[in-house]
Amino acid sequence: MAAAEEASRPFAGLSDVSISEDIPVEGDISVPVGSTRRDDEFSTLDEPVKETILRDLRAVGTKFVHVLYPKRSSALLRDWDLWGPLLLCVTLALLLQGGAAEGDDQGGPQFAEVFVIVWFGSIVITLNSKLLGGTISFFQSLCVLGYCIMPLTVAMAVCRIVLIGGSGKVSFAVRLAVVTASFGWSTFASTAFLADSQPPNRKALVVYPVFLFYFVIGWMILTFSPSQ
Amino acid sequence: AGKMSAGSGGRNTNTEPWGSFDDNLIPGSSSAVIDMENMDDTSGSSFEDMGEMHQRMKEEEEVAAEAAATEDDTVDDGEFLGMKGLKGQLGRQVADEVWQAGKRQASRAFNLYANIDILRPYFDVEPVQVRSRLIESMIPIRMINFPQKIAGELYGPLMLVFTLVAILLHGMKTSGTVIREGTLMGTAIGTCFGYWLGVSSFIYFLAYLVNAQITMLQMLSLLGYGLFGHCAVLLITYNIHFHFLFYILWLLVGGLSTLRMVAALLSRTVGQTPRVLLCGTLSVLHMLFLLYLHFAYHKIVEGLLDTLEGPNMAPMQRVARNVPELTLNATMGTLGASLKVH
Repeated sequence: MAAAEEASRPFAGLSDVSISEDIPVEGDISVPVGSTRRDDEFSTLDEPVKETILRDLRAVGTKFVHVLYPKRSSALLRDWDLWGPLLLCVTLALLLQGGAAEGDDQGGPQFAEVFVIVWFGSIVITLNSKLLGGTISFFQSLCVLGYCIMPLTVAMAVCRIVLIGGSGKVSFAVRLAVVTASFGWSTFASTAFLADSQPPNRKALVVYPVFLFYFVIGWMILTFSPSQ
Repeated sequence: AGKMSAGSGGRNTNTEPWGSFDDNLIPGSSSAVIDMENMDDTSGSSFEDMGEMHQRMKEEEEVAAEAAATEDDTVDDGEFLGMKGLKGQLGRQVADEVWQAGKRQASRAFNLYANIDILRPYFDVEPVQVRSRLIESMIPIRMINFPQKIAGELYGPLMLVFTLVAILLHGMKTSGTVIREGTLMGTAIGTCFGYWLGVSSFIYFLAYLVNAQITMLQMLSLLGYGLFGHCAVLLITYNIHFHFLFYILWLLVGGLSTLRMVAALLSRTVGQTPRVLLCGTLSVLHMLFLLYLHFAYHKIVEGLLDTLEGPNMAPMQRVARNVPELTLNATMGTLGASLKVH
């Protein structure tokens, strides 16, 4: 029995079927569990669209939690997706839209610029880490860097709320504190995820562009001022 | 194989002056170490994998087979066309070979992973090395009768260029620069990469003309590390608006990093005129670039520039949006005011 349980353990992550200790089980357990499970997984064709979307959203939500509480887990790396980064990037760009000199169709970080900075920056960091001998795949790295923008997006939302109250010295101090904290958080979280895939003696070289990347974004958020 | 690069450069250069450059050419050389730093960067062949070699061999076989086929075709023509037919065949063969070589180059360029593998040796550095090279970029070495060692590495230069981009963005934002038909980001990246790549290739071209011993890789690395001084100066002066301070830093920090590059180039050039030409061009370009970056994106001079440019509105220009009286008919007034300020 112990052996059977041992055998079913590899599917522990996939299946929510739990076999309690007191029911005697015998026979080939692991294979049926695996196969029925697979049937379930492939039958997403006739499930409601709402469920599909909710499942994806839930996956994105779990990864958000991972970023907020970075504890060197590999969930963010194992099943990467680019939905979360896209959502965060669009949110950030929309929040940064409508900057100071909107009147003369210029100024303020434009939507496209934010978009380009985020994606171009992540790609450069990823290529750099690959060139330095990192063992992380391209999209895994993009995923991690994209998800780790989240603290900065939150900071942007806070900044907008603070800016409604007014833009004096106090408001700037509050914004500075919020942005600095979230910048540190972003850098720390992404390093926690990316550091393991790098050769130990070169971590500083990989972290520097990450630092620069989040610094530029954080600085854009800090200097943002809405149009009157 | 390229791993051995760091330590070997110094040892090889010690044997005899100028010896290091043609190390790869000496047939009986006892050293089996591939010296990355003195190697011509166009010969990336040592990093190619076996698959590519295999492919090349196959392609060469194909070319040979094709050539044989064409030979068969032209045999009867050649009898009465004589020399002319032979020439045509030769030309065709050469054209074929050129085409094949071009195709190989293109397929290699499109293969991202192959590219990464080719570039990887240039990113083979330790944090300590980068730090010491950054510091060394500000220390000119007075040794011009013996070729100085230049590290062929791209990590530091690339990161410095990106840092410069970030600093420029900062400067543009604080000065309220507005660029029509383009984003600040694009302009900053274009300026920095344009300078780095453009000036490197220009100086490399000049060095080639005057027969200076330097490779493109070394030139990129040298100029890239030379940007460290620019980064430092601009970071300080974009935040502390003090013209006097800028001029001092410009002469001191910018001058030091320029001197360092000039010394390295001097040591690798022979003759009076080539030295003056090469180093003069480089130092003028480098110093003026810092001056340009500072004043192009600076708060105070902004108004003056605008008023001077005022009447002929070019599509790409800077407009200070903090100056309320910036209208076409008030141009003279602002000019007078800004002249009074200075």
